[in-house]
Amino acid sequence: MTELLPEPVVDVRNASVALGGRGVLHDVSLRLGTGEVVTLLGANGSGKSTLVRAMVGLAPLTGGTVSLFGTPLPRFREWNRLGYLPQRITAASGVPATVREVVAAGRLSGRGLLARFGPTDHAAVDDALDLVGMREHAGQGVGRLSGGQQQRVLIARALAGRPDLLVLDEPMSGVDQESQEAFAAALQRMVAEGTSVLLVLHEPGQLAPMIDRSVVLGEGRVVYVGTSPPASDAHRDADHDFLPPPTGGFGLSSSPLGAPVRP
Amino acid sequence: MSYLALPFIQKALIAAVLVGLAAPAVGTYLVQRRLALMGDGLGHVALTGVALGFLLGTSPVLTAVIVAALGAVAIELVRAHGKASGDVALAMLFYGGIAGGVLLISLEPGGNTNLLTYLFGSILTVDTQDLVTIGVLAAAVLVVAVGLRRQLFSVCQDEEFARVSGLPVQLLNIILAVTAALTVTVAMRVVGLLLVSALLVVPVAAAQQLTRGFAATMATAMGIGVLVAVGGVLVSYPLDVGPGSLIVVLAIAVFGVTSLVSAVLTRRVRQPA
Repeated sequence: MTELLPEPVVDVRNASVALGGRGVLHDVSLRLGTGEVVTLLGANGSGKSTLVRAMVGLAPLTGGTVSLFGTPLPRFREWNRLGYLPQRITAASGVPATVREVVAAGRLSGRGLLARFGPTDHAAVDDALDLVGMREHAGQGVGRLSGGQQQRVLIARALAGRPDLLVLDEPMSGVDQESQEAFAAALQRMVAEGTSVLLVLHEPGQLAPMIDRSVVLGEGRVVYVGTSPPASDAHRDADHDFLPPPTGGFGLSSSPLGAPVRP
Repeated sequence: MSYLALPFIQKALIAAVLVGLAAPAVGTYLVQRRLALMGDGLGHVALTGVALGFLLGTSPVLTAVIVAALGAVAIELVRAHGKASGDVALAMLFYGGIAGGVLLISLEPGGNTNLLTYLFGSILTVDTQDLVTIGVLAAAVLVVAVGLRRQLFSVCQDEEFARVSGLPVQLLNIILAVTAALTVTVAMRVVGLLLVSALLVVPVAAAQQLTRGFAATMATAMGIGVLVAVGGVLVSYPLDVGPGSLIVVLAIAVFGVTSLVSAVLTRRVRQPA
């Protein structure tokens, strides 16, 4: 069990977010301790991605607060401690880019505009590519890779800054078996080195053994917090493509770092 | 090739090299973020600046730089705060630019035939003063496009990721937009405001038929830019045709060739002999 530390890596308190005038998150609280691996589960439209986007400063809060590493988000500047994987389908854009070029973008975190790209940066890019098993594709154009390989490239970009906190939005979506295994292995190594991880997932799958805690969102609220994924009828109704293992009861208990739960 | 000794040809060739390098360098970022037509819009806006210069009796290039840069910042702000009506706002700016330019010109007593020079370019009339202006602007453009390439790449590739990296995304976007405005005013002397965007975009489109990486695309596009700009000047003089339009036609021809080569190479890969 994770040690209870005074300052969580992520501390979301009573966060609300509205998009286009419509409330998407309502009074959501979530804490992530050092070295913890937490999954965010829920149906499409339950607010998972919005919560993650609010956490990294991409979705403005209409209420509540977010702190990263003990610093309120508006004052947070240590972006190099955060590795982020946005939810997307492709790594390609209007102009071709090699795998190495895309991953190198992950080395710019928290640096000035005039920072030089040195041997340390090249080594970190190599390491990140090794971690996801894409080193041999470093010189290839990302547009020509399979969806799963592109996702691995984007994961490598999130890893390239050697972050203390990984926030990964749907890292397994559209990812083939080989890429899933590569990703699980990479994550295992990062966690072993003390990285804290927040994962948005549809199903825990082979990551289940690594997960310390699952938080389920439903209609923009936290509906479940527990050490294993829930097997509730309510949740199953809300999300037909999510089939949790039948282990673990539906309880509103939370772990010591867990969020206050309001059913 | 005895005409190479002519001073105005030499000046035109220097201008061609500068513009051939600068325009595709910025164009690569515009194409990357799928804003290929932004150069067109900036060209329209720059016309108001040119007209303002005539009217005030100052350098049209200077006023074009200022007006196009302001227009670029406006375009960027509209894009960043993307409302549903964003493209309509851009349309207003573009048409406003052309209409404002023509209107201002008509205010000038006696009218001004020089306007055609800016609409269609006239690289053969570039004088030493112009060359200095083009040189300074092109150098500024290249410093930004090459010096900030990693940061601009990140922002153009994935703006949200760049934001979470802590990059000053808004600042970089404005720097890029203003750089594009500078490029447009530099290139307008060469190919004219109506064809400016072609020099930003077509070499990039031609280059990316053959490349796999971003840096390679930018370098190849700059090479193609210089090739067609210099080639256009060299060929246009003996043929006695307009160099601006010839440069663009050459660029499109290069695009045709690289597309063909790319198609053949792809087929070879698919069907190994």
